[in-house]
This record gives sequence, C-alpha cells and structure tokens, in this order.
Amino acid sequence: MTVMEQRGAYRPTPPPAWQPRTDPAPLLPDAEPYRVLGTEAAGQADPDLLRTLYARLVSGRRYNAQATALTKQGRLAVYPSSTGQEACEVAAALALEERDWLFPSYRDTLAVVARGVDPVEALTLLRGDWHTGYDPYEHRVAPLSTPLATQLPHAVGLAHAARLKGDDVVALAMVGDGGTSEGDFHEALNFAAVWQAPVVFLVQNNGFAISVPLAKQTAAPSLAHKAVGYGMPGRLVDGNDAAAVHEVLSDAVRHARAGGGPTLVEAVTYRVEAHTNADDATRYRGDAEVETWRRHDPIDLLQRELTERGLLDEDGVRAAREDAETMAADLRARMNQDPRLDPMDLFAHVYAEPTPQLREQRDLLRAELAAEAESGAAEGGHR
Amino acid sequence: MTTVAAKPATMAQALTRALRDAMAADPGVHVLGEDVGALGGVFRVTDGLAAEFGEDRCTDTPLAEAGILGTAVGMAMYGLRPVVEMQFDAFAYPAFEQVVSHVTKMRNRTRGKMPLPLTIRVPYGGGIGGVEHHSDSSEAYYMATPGLHVVTPATVADAYGLLRASIASDDPVVFLEPKRLYWSKDAWNPQEPAPVEPIGRAVVRRPGRSATLITYGPSLVVCMEAAEAARAEGWDLEVVDLRSLVPFDDETVCASVRRTGRAVVVHESGSFGGPGGEIAARVTERCFHHLEAPVLRVAGFDIPYPPPMLERHHLPGVDRILDAVGRLQWEAES
Ligand SMILES: Cc1ncc(C[n+]2csc(CCOP(=O)(O)OP(=O)(O)O)c2C)c(N)n1
Repeated sequence: MTVMEQRGAYRPTPPPAWQPRTDPAPLLPDAEPYRVLGTEAAGQADPDLLRTLYARLVSGRRYNAQATALTKQGRLAVYPSSTGQEACEVAAALALEERDWLFPSYRDTLAVVARGVDPVEALTLLRGDWHTGYDPYEHRVAPLSTPLATQLPHAVGLAHAARLKGDDVVALAMVGDGGTSEGDFHEALNFAAVWQAPVVFLVQNNGFAISVPLAKQTAAPSLAHKAVGYGMPGRLVDGNDAAAVHEVLSDAVRHARAGGGPTLVEAVTYRVEAHTNADDATRYRGDAEVETWRRHDPIDLLQRELTERGLLDEDGVRAAREDAETMAADLRARMNQDPRLDPMDLFAHVYAEPTPQLREQRDLLRAELAAEAESGAAEGGHR
Repeated sequence: MTTVAAKPATMAQALTRALRDAMAADPGVHVLGEDVGALGGVFRVTDGLAAEFGEDRCTDTPLAEAGILGTAVGMAMYGLRPVVEMQFDAFAYPAFEQVVSHVTKMRNRTRGKMPLPLTIRVPYGGGIGGVEHHSDSSEAYYMATPGLHVVTPATVADAYGLLRASIASDDPVVFLEPKRLYWSKDAWNPQEPAPVEPIGRAVVRRPGRSATLITYGPSLVVCMEAAEAARAEGWDLEVVDLRSLVPFDDETVCASVRRTGRAVVVHESGSFGGPGGEIAARVTERCFHHLEAPVLRVAGFDIPYPPPMLERHHLPGVDRILDAVGRLQWEAES
C-alpha cells in the first residue's frame, strides 16, 4: 500500500499545467497606489466592514502604545511598533477566512491578535518568556518570524500542501520592504508562481529597513513590480487606507482560493515610530517626513469617511476608544504579572524524546536548582 | 610627541577605531552591511565611517546576507579588502552557503591563484537579553569549515589588534564579536594601540598552578571571576584566553596544561559537537602523561538558545565552572 492509499482523505489535485504568459500587462501594478477612502469607490464599501475596521484600528493603535509603554517598564524585552501601519495589519487578518493561514513577520503582532490569538500570548516572544506563546494550529498562525523572509517559503509549502490535499486554504505571508531583498523572498515567489500555490504575499512598505530607506533597497519602480518577473500579478495599494487594503487583499485571497495562483501586494505605508524602542530614528530621518505621514493617518482617514457618511458619531468614536482602553487595561494588568517559568522547560521540547546527553544536562540543572533552593538563594543568587 | 594617557574605552570603540585606521591605511578596505552607514550599525561599531570615507567605502547594502557576502567575494577577487558586517549571529546563516561553498574554498580551488582577503564580522553570543535568533554562538560551524580563520577578542586591546590583523590577513577571517562585551571597558590608549600580533596566539590572562581554564570571547570574564572565587577553596587557577580558534595555539594551551595537570574548557555554545570537544581531544592527545584528570567541558546546554528569561540557566556561570573544578580532584574508578 502506498502512503497515498493509506490516507483516505488524501485527494491530490495536481496544479494546472504551466502556461507561459505572453502578455505581462495584466500582471503589472498600477502606477499609483489603489485608494478607496475619499473616492467614489468608498460608496460601495460595506458600512459594517468599515465600522469593524475602524474599531480594530483604534484598538490596534492602543495596543501599540501599551506595548511600547511596557518596554519602558521592562516588561517587554523589545517591541517593534506598527503605529501608522495598523490598517495593513488589521485588514490583512480580516481578509482571511478561519481556515486560512497567516505567516507573520516579527512586527505583525497586531495581525496575529486580529486572528484571535490572546494578546498576552502574542507577546511572549517579545517579553522573553518563550519563543512562541500560542499554538499555531489553534488560530492557524505560524510563529512570528524573526529572521526576515524565511517564513515565506513555508507559506508557499503549506498552501501547496493544502491544495494537494484538496483543501481550499489560502496562506497570507507578510514581509517588510527590506525583507524583499532576501533570497528567500525571491525563491518563495518563484515557487508560488510555478506551483500556482494559493498564497498572497503582503509587503508592508513602511519606507525603512531599520535605517535603510527604500531607495537603497531596490531600484524597481515599486515592490509590486517584482511580481511580474515571476509570472504573478503585482498590486499596489495605499497601506493607510484600511478599506483599500481589505479590498485588494480579499480579491487576492479569492483569486488564490479559486485556483488563480499567488498575488504580490505592496501596501505603501510608513513606520511612524522608531524601528524598535531600542532604535534612534533621528540618525537617519527628519521630522518633516514623519509629520507628512502623520497627516495621512489610517485612523483619521477612516474616521473622516465614516463621519462624513453618517456612519459614525461622537458616541461611536467614544465607544471605540473605551473598548480599546479596556483591552489595554487588561493587557497591562496581565503583563504586569510575573510569568511563571520552569527552567526545566529548557529541555522539554528539543526532541520528541530527549537524547541521553540532554537527560544528563537536565539532571545537572535539576541538581543546581535544588542546591539553589536549599541555600535559599534569592533571585540573582545564582552566579 | 605628546603621549596620551590610557583612558577607559569600550570594546565597540576599539573596533570602530580599528576599522577607521585600517580604512585610512589602505584604500582597498571597504565596509559593507546592513545599517552600517548613517546609523553606524546597530551596535554603532561602524559609526562615522560613512561620513569620513564616503558611502562607497562604507556601504549600506540591501538586506540580504548571501548577497552581502557574495558580492564581497567578488570585490575581494578584484583586489579589494572587504569587511562585511553580519548584523547578528543567527542572521548570518543565509550567507553560510557563500562561506562554505566559496569563501573557504576559493584559494584551494584556484591552486592559490585567487586568495580572498575578506573579514566577516559577526556579533555573537548571549547574555544581553535578546529575543530568539539574537544570541547564537555559531563558532563551531565556522571552525568545522577548513579555509577560514576564526578569531574572537575578549579585551578592548585585542578587539583592536585582532581586527587590524584580520583585515590585514590574506585569508578570509570570521571575526566573532562577543556582543555582551561591546560595552565592557578597559584602559586603552588609542595613540599607542597594542601591537598587531599575527592571528593564532593564545595568551595566559592569569597565571596559576592547580588547573587551567581554557576559554575565549564572552566566557573569559566569567572564568576570571571563577578563578578569583576558587582561591577561597584553595585552587590557584590559570586562565588561558584562546583569542583564535583557527588556527589553534596548541603550544600555549599545552604548556599551561602541562604545568597545571588539569584543564576545563569553558564556552557558551553547546558541548556536543562544540569547540570544547576539539580542544579537549587536542589537549588529551598532547598532554596525556601530564594529566591528573580528564579534560572537562563547561558549556551551554545542547538546546536552541533559550528565551532571555531563562538564559542564565543556560550560560556557563561561575558556580558551574567551580563545580567542574571540584571534579578535577579525579580519583580513578576502582
Ligand atoms: C535574515 C535577517 N537579517 C537581518 C535581520 C535584522 N533585522 C531585523 S528587522 C530588520 C529590518 C527589517 O526591515 P523591513 O523588512 O523593511 O521590515 P520593517 O522592520 O520595516 O517592518 C533587520 C535588518 C533579521 N531579522 N533577519
């Protein structure tokens, strides 16, 4: 019996035969980022969706502020804020169905939370108590990836596997503008296009990779242009326009689910805060640029649209803020509790079965901890 | 000439000074990497170099480690002396193919016609509270690849001297910077930096009679502390700082072990397949008749680098070293 026969549920659907593309024109991104808010297209947007996006943006902004405050109190080792980029984070997560998968980068905590992961569990990596605090299968969220672009091929492989099994699952993989220079980015795009894998790549182009501006990262007219050479469509969208991001990503997800293959979406946005709390942004950029972008704030854009169309009043704004405050208070309270860590966990998940060598080391640590406890050594007593 | 008194300087400052002096001395020396320009590197080691030498000599590259090292190989082929910065230990892995397939083999493949004088600076090791992928000790991978020099300073003076020597070397050097020592200070006179010694000399940091601690990089400080603490228990420990893992200074190490008759190797990276195994084997092969006890290893556990809240249990500390020293009172099993 072959492996395939053993697994009754295994329904291979071979990818369609590769069709050489003779006309790249339909793959090319528009010259200008796609916008919805403030344009006629906004009239077609679902009011409920807009209101949901708004509430999530307000909450996301508050989350960023709270997490940044927690770094100042030493509760988080580091926090890469996505302030200014909340529209990408939230709209990306909301464009997915429950059965879909998210492959986040280290800055994408908000997208992870928007998928339903507990806010505290989403922060364990950055707090330093464990590398990934959540069960990836529970909400279909891969671990936050610290090495840049390395999670992109995983997204392609997972989506490909789902397709081979006959499941209509889509993978959304997020990466920064800097990450698009890594070899893994290019290999992932190529595999996805050749296999026609149901993947959507979302590049959040926030202008900088730590200190390096986009102009030193690429000579392409846009990052969305990179798609064309691999044979997939590239789409350019205003990353501060939550309605536009949601629409473009939803289209790409639908397209992938229907067997149309991958899409590369570039969302043009801006990193308003420094790279992380440990970074000094004044070394590489001036205030004027930041101010320009603050005037193109994703929350303001959406709030203006909703208010003008009578979909949001002052009570609605207040309610969104109050909900965000409640979330922040809860996050603060729970993050201010010291996590309970068992040092023996160091050996818990290195292998399914620890090697004899690891068992020896485990015994050594156990003895050390016992001696420490006996000598009543307080915290820091260990040298 | 007025002499400038030695003032406290950090290891990061000494490294910056070494790069600057090397660039001033040789127009072929080029620095490249992620954020090395305006930002001066995330550890500020390249601070001011772009301003002084221009962006062609100190270049912010696209974010791609394989590309950084691969292009550096080409630059070295054309006669330049590139110094590349890998931002953190674990982010150098995309460049590992270039290390293994080309950097280490080019001289050999071309029968000596195409040497590669390039330096790969890699901040490495833990103890700084970094989240995952920011604390790896990757020296064993580099040591296991013939064709590379692997060096790591533990003092401010050595940071300067070894980096100058690495850049001057006609062979590729992996220059491992212990990041938790970046801000450690020593009295150091930039006007009269220690002479640039050739790569490959270990040094006795503390003489002693009862046993030798063999160590390098970030663990040197811990070993010195352990040696102090051991005095109370009647141990007079000698501490050898290897400084260079490849080439390995058998002479200094074995001379010490022959004097003391006992040895412990201390490092952060895991013990299984780690540097300590090689060192213990060499010492045993050369000093067998002088040894009163097996050569012991005190190393990090054989686990992926743990989250910061647990790293103190993983890193070899003074107590773990002292325990090993106690076990050197070896009695043959009956
Ligand atoms: C492979 C790899 N190299 C280097 C780093 C160090 N690093 C962390 S974030 C960063 C910049 C990332 O910029 P970008 O991809 O634009 O994402 P953003 O931070 O703007 O969200 C760098 C260089 C890393 N995490 N992984």
